[in-house]
Amino acid sequence: MSRLTDHNVALAREIIVRYPRKKSALIPLLHLSQEQNGYVTDEAMRHLAELLNLTPAEVLGTATFYEMFKFEPVGTYVINVCQTMSCALLGAGKLMHHAEEALGIKAGSTTDDGLFTLEPAECQAACTGAPTLQVNYRHRYNVTTDAFDALIDDLRSGALSSEIPPHGTLGRNRQQIPADKFVGAPDPDDVSEGPAWVPVPSPANATEDKS
Amino acid sequence: MSTEESSVTEPVVADGDVSGDVVLDDADSAVTEPEPDPDVVMVTLNGREVAARTGELVIAAAERHDTYIPHFCYHPRMKSVGMCRQCLVEVDTGRGMQLQPSCMITVSPEMKIDTESSTAKRAQEGMIELLLANHPLDCPVCDKGGECPLQDQAFSHGPGESRYIEEKRHYEKPIPISDLVLLDRERCILCDRCTRFADEVAGDKLIQFTQRGNQTQVMTFHDEPFASYFSGNTVQICPVGALTAEPYRFKARPWDLAAEESTCTSCSVGCRVVVQSSRDEILRYQGVDSDPVNHGWLCDRGRFDFEAVNSELRLDDPMVKTDAGLTVTSWNAALTAAQQLISDALGAGGAEAIGILGGARGTNEDAFAWAQLADALGVTYRDAQVGDGLPASILGLDRATIDEAASASTIVLLGPDLKEELPVLYLRLREAATNGGSTLVEFSTVDTGLTQYAAHSIRYQPGLQADAVSDNAELLAGDGSVVVVAGRSNLAESPDETMAALAAVLAANPNAKMLPALRRGNVVGALSVGMAPADPDHDGLATLRAAADGKIDLLVLVGADPLNDCPDVQLARRALAGARRIISIDTHPSESTKHADVVLAAAAYGEKRGTTTNIEGRVSTLVDKVTTTGTARPDWMIAAELSLMLDLEGGLAQVTSVEEVTSAIAAQVPGFSGVTLEALATDRNGVLAEVVPALLAPVTRRAGQRNSYDHRLVVSRKLYDRAVGTAMSHSIAKLAPGAGAHLHPLDVDALGANSGSDVQLIGERATAILPVVANSAVPRGIVWAPFNQGGAVEDLIDGNAAVIDLKIEVL
Repeated sequence: MSRLTDHNVALAREIIVRYPRKKSALIPLLHLSQEQNGYVTDEAMRHLAELLNLTPAEVLGTATFYEMFKFEPVGTYVINVCQTMSCALLGAGKLMHHAEEALGIKAGSTTDDGLFTLEPAECQAACTGAPTLQVNYRHRYNVTTDAFDALIDDLRSGALSSEIPPHGTLGRNRQQIPADKFVGAPDPDDVSEGPAWVPVPSPANATEDKS
Repeated sequence: MSTEESSVTEPVVADGDVSGDVVLDDADSAVTEPEPDPDVVMVTLNGREVAARTGELVIAAAERHDTYIPHFCYHPRMKSVGMCRQCLVEVDTGRGMQLQPSCMITVSPEMKIDTESSTAKRAQEGMIELLLANHPLDCPVCDKGGECPLQDQAFSHGPGESRYIEEKRHYEKPIPISDLVLLDRERCILCDRCTRFADEVAGDKLIQFTQRGNQTQVMTFHDEPFASYFSGNTVQICPVGALTAEPYRFKARPWDLAAEESTCTSCSVGCRVVVQSSRDEILRYQGVDSDPVNHGWLCDRGRFDFEAVNSELRLDDPMVKTDAGLTVTSWNAALTAAQQLISDALGAGGAEAIGILGGARGTNEDAFAWAQLADALGVTYRDAQVGDGLPASILGLDRATIDEAASASTIVLLGPDLKEELPVLYLRLREAATNGGSTLVEFSTVDTGLTQYAAHSIRYQPGLQADAVSDNAELLAGDGSVVVVAGRSNLAESPDETMAALAAVLAANPNAKMLPALRRGNVVGALSVGMAPADPDHDGLATLRAAADGKIDLLVLVGADPLNDCPDVQLARRALAGARRIISIDTHPSESTKHADVVLAAAAYGEKRGTTTNIEGRVSTLVDKVTTTGTARPDWMIAAELSLMLDLEGGLAQVTSVEEVTSAIAAQVPGFSGVTLEALATDRNGVLAEVVPALLAPVTRRAGQRNSYDHRLVVSRKLYDRAVGTAMSHSIAKLAPGAGAHLHPLDVDALGANSGSDVQLIGERATAILPVVANSAVPRGIVWAPFNQGGAVEDLIDGNAAVIDLKIEVL
């Protein structure tokens, strides 16, 4: 039972009308469902398919491309420890071992209390701060084993809850776009004129193109 | 390949429609320059100058000129995607030779193509090496081995050995993605053919690439199988052994199969197939690309119902009723008994006391032979339909071909759900609506497979179809071509209502052509060659009524099974009880054969030669790929034997081969004069029989308004039901959805019922108890029930009633 809540369905419909094609709203709606449950549930994918007039297989095909959509329950805090070159040279391996020991889990799994998920990650574009990790995609730089323990303690105690929201949260302030402020993107199928810089073909050429 | 070379090279004259237009070696060309054909593009292919068509893909043009370019993902009936990169060739469009995937680039004037240069070869070898990097070399245990494009092209275009020494990717070995299809992801080369087919051709987007990236794989949604009616096609077009079909798995090796081309008779679309057998057993059908008919596709019922031919329950030998019930006997004894029954009936009540039903399940020759026998005996009670079709007079209307229907500017659907009854026609019309620019106008009682593609889908209450057509006449008028697909959309509604709607379409647009959507395999052929009743008072229902009234001494069922086929099952029951004697000629034991006094075992599809006629009147050939089961004989032979034994006038008693019957049809049947053995032998697509014009009989509409407390009954077929061909094929028998009363969700609520609970349907005749199904495809006020699913809904159908209104009570 993890379809979108009534509140989120209303929100979903608001998002859908922003796009000329319903299908285009899929990614924002996947975010919405991940925000609701912490991960994207099968039921939510079925529900999105209904809302967008797709098949659940199409939703799955698109959603599974994205590393940051999770399809199994994850902890409130997903900790990604960078394993790429700069971090590796500056002790990412040691950091990961320490993290596994401190949390009592192997990389790729979630603690029993459902608080932490530990994952290895590729380069986080913060090589100057290596070794680095992310908690729910919020960077932490130059992470020593002590810094890691302090971080875990802070997360446990809720000291960081204002800075790091639970996994899936998109933002504290929801974007509200009144209907009259829509950009009004044209339907790609319904564009009669090309961009201004493309010369308009003469009618004779147009028929030739068609034949 | 230099310019000098290409200019002296003899131009190759293309085949097909291009050749007639290009006359390059005309001696007078300098004097009278022929107008250049705008549809021809001259390109240089491996040094030869060849004629391609405007917009043609390089790979297609090359193949047409006998230059094979290796490929996996390219399929001529689907959009190119350039997934596999195997068709890389060198192409020069004025900027020098460059490697290009030939399935993604169209020909342009003066294009130079080299498919055999060392660069192209190296690229192709490299692609094979890459595709094999993760492909398991389990060819010896793979079903595809021996007919595998990857295996074949690894030999013909591969490097010979691989530089990869790493461990290959591993996945769980085959996982079922539906009841019929298994997927081995290790073998998959991600060519996108199956997913493209499901998306573009079938419209069932149930398989997709998932985990895109390093782990890309074809997959369904969790617990949502690839339950498409067309899933077997993905197995056929899979260029590796990734998709295999349950009925054929590990049954044979391709080199053990003997194959012959034939026509599918599961429904009346008449798809071309190749029947493959080994050790005298049919093992597989594959679709053959017949341009006017099926484009290479088959539905799963047509593809897999050959299992019924191999069924252990087949009637092997003739049987005669004795004190101990039906007892196997010799043909001599059975035919003598049959002859005696005919003579007795003639003696007792004359030819009026004999009824002959059937012929729609056999060949043209079968139906013709039985019609000849009926003629010689003077039998007037005859029909190839048993109240489940439309009056045969619709075959006299100006008939459209399937191609004409699929290219019409407006297609009017009066018929049943084509996805359920004529699946490949559904594919053709779906393509016409999505890509061809045809406008679909649908008149139906419930949502059908084509509803989502229709520009106008108009709902009507049973009995009011003609009014719905008249109210929307402006949709059918206009200058463009209009084709109306007419069939029986509701078995619980008088066919007169459909005929009135058809008349209304023709009134709105007198130029409209008609394509009959009558379902049973050879129903058009049987009706055309003489099994049509002379008048409505002697049609299938009238015959059953006469039998029920005790006026029929002998009922001959030529492959007909009234207890399963006739919508008015109560009438069928009374008829089989009321007919004094019954002869049944059938392939399988059925409810109706149990009542027979003489059962003659008939040869089934794949066991007999002959011809069949599809809905558009296209006559094509059938092959006898395997020997008949037991001592079964084709129906025409039984009719011929009986003619001989009864000492009847006419040529039938003298025929000795099926070819003689085919020739007799060409000589005697109006419209079939062109359907000669020679014409059939020259064109694999078959020969169109001509329409014999006839007028539609005027019909009286009798349906009244529905009492708003009642629900009006709609009964129509699903693809899989308890018909013999499906029920005797174990792979597809289990796919029948089962009986149920489908109601709009709001109607379910209004009744106070829950989906799944039993409700009682109370009609004038009977009551039936069925589980209720909330189905938003059904409009309010209608109860829809699938036909022949083992429930009791058929008991409610009265063949005399215009419509059936029911009260529904919650139990």
